[in-house]
Amino acid sequence: MSVRRVMGTEVEYGVSVPGQSGANPMVTSSQVVNAYGARPELTRGGRARWDYEEESPLRDARGFSYSGALYDPAEALADEDLGLANVILTNGARLYVDHAHPEYSTPEVTNPRDVVLWDKAGERVMAEASRRAATIPGSHVIHLYKNNTDNKGASYGAHENYLMRRSTPFADIVVHLTPFFVTRQIVCGAGRVGIGQDGNTPGFQISQRADFFEVEVGLETTLKRPIINTRDEPHADADKYRRLHVIIGDANLSEISTYLKVGTTSLVLAMIEDKALPGDLGIADPVSELKAVSHDPSLKHLIRMRDGRRLTALDIQWAFYERARAYAEARRGEDEAEEVTFDVLDRWESILDRLGRDPALCADELDWVAKLRLLEGYRDRESLGWASHKLQLVDLQYSDVRLEKGLYHRLVARGSMKTLFGEEDVRRAMVEPPDDTRAYFRGRCLAQYASEVVAASWDSVIFDVGRESLVRVPMMEPERGTKKHVGTLFDRCASAKDLLEAITSG
Amino acid sequence: MATREPGGRAQSGRSRRDEEIDEAPAAEASAEAAERHEKLSEDVDDLLDEIDSVLEENAEEFVRGYVQKGGQ
Repeated sequence: MSVRRVMGTEVEYGVSVPGQSGANPMVTSSQVVNAYGARPELTRGGRARWDYEEESPLRDARGFSYSGALYDPAEALADEDLGLANVILTNGARLYVDHAHPEYSTPEVTNPRDVVLWDKAGERVMAEASRRAATIPGSHVIHLYKNNTDNKGASYGAHENYLMRRSTPFADIVVHLTPFFVTRQIVCGAGRVGIGQDGNTPGFQISQRADFFEVEVGLETTLKRPIINTRDEPHADADKYRRLHVIIGDANLSEISTYLKVGTTSLVLAMIEDKALPGDLGIADPVSELKAVSHDPSLKHLIRMRDGRRLTALDIQWAFYERARAYAEARRGEDEAEEVTFDVLDRWESILDRLGRDPALCADELDWVAKLRLLEGYRDRESLGWASHKLQLVDLQYSDVRLEKGLYHRLVARGSMKTLFGEEDVRRAMVEPPDDTRAYFRGRCLAQYASEVVAASWDSVIFDVGRESLVRVPMMEPERGTKKHVGTLFDRCASAKDLLEAITSG
Repeated sequence: MATREPGGRAQSGRSRRDEEIDEAPAAEASAEAAERHEKLSEDVDDLLDEIDSVLEENAEEFVRGYVQKGGQ
């Protein structure tokens, strides 16, 4: 009934070593991840591994049970033998190498504001990782970019994850989410110079990712990318939950773009779960319309609907907005995250209103508009065409994670871009977990008992407390293991051994 | 298309093409837009000067050298 749900993002960053075109991206990405993993709070007593073992059912009412089952460290070690770096952070996040890119997955959070905060913390983690990697003797400077394409045919993802009720039919998700995803880019697109997968056709488009999507529904993520991804790996009780894995979004720098991206999507998912959408917004050809919408920054393109109507992306977003507003108003007083729900609605309305009058009015809030303002400024001042290398550089450097070099960060520093959080909040989120999910348990275990944690994953933490076998604590309920549940346990347990004893005796 | 009214909220200033718009608020909105536009473009020159000072050298080489392996 609200924006509240368990969710998070996972972003693959572009990685580049200027002047070293032969650098192996897997090696470079590993250097980045390992450099960050050398931070003092992560190395006390050796680094915990990622645990790939799949899960056993929940037994304890508080969301974890104490299993004495033997754990085979060889399995976890096999991954490290491949040299794929993997670090679990004290904020509950995971920093690792995936597909030749360093990747940061936020801890699980429960609302869009927290997604923004821990996603932004990921940018700072990457910036620091790159800084640390450069201090290793003999190493080259490694640049990291929060974008989605090299403009030469390659794309890499910025995914969102949303926990949903298992009982919701997947067909309903496809019906309602497809028109929403085809059109939400006008709010949360990151902007791109170049048209087509290789960017060879000169021009500007709203989305980084649109040209890389080829089918409506499917399991693939690296080729034949689908608008709706069917991966179903909940990292939680599979009888109760599905994890909707969203691969179509752009990597956003703008906090308001990220906030509205996940906030509006979460609201639409709530309406799907409650069967509150009429299903009258079917698009005749979603894959080609996705690209057509992206290629028209004037927002005038008319989308052909299944029922023969022609609507703009804005019309369709307004329709979703109005239904979400009515849905939320009808449930006032029942929503424990009411303030955030209505803040998302108010901002969504304001953005759609301004996009309808003149998209330039959103230049200090939305990524694609902010980027377009810079590009149009240069085009006017220096009479540049869209094929200009300088414009391509502006597009790329907008997403540079370094505060002193990234153009997005320069816009923030001079007050030309609105934010939701101050730098202090973001710094804190680099090391502290959210209070209200199992990420709290994971993060505090890492912060407090690093020498006794041998491995962890989304749904477990594995300890070595000097017994014959390792002890695995499953966490199949994402909203247990919170500060409310276990905060005082951590305050009073000096060691993991004490913690485990307290859990079993309690 | 459905135009369910969202709980009686004020609708002023909105420029939906399928809604009747009074002329006065529309004029007001476009004046406001023009004013904001002007302020933004004054700002753009300063902005570009500042961006110029941090842009990487040799745009062509830099952009050409940015090659990624595909990901998810």
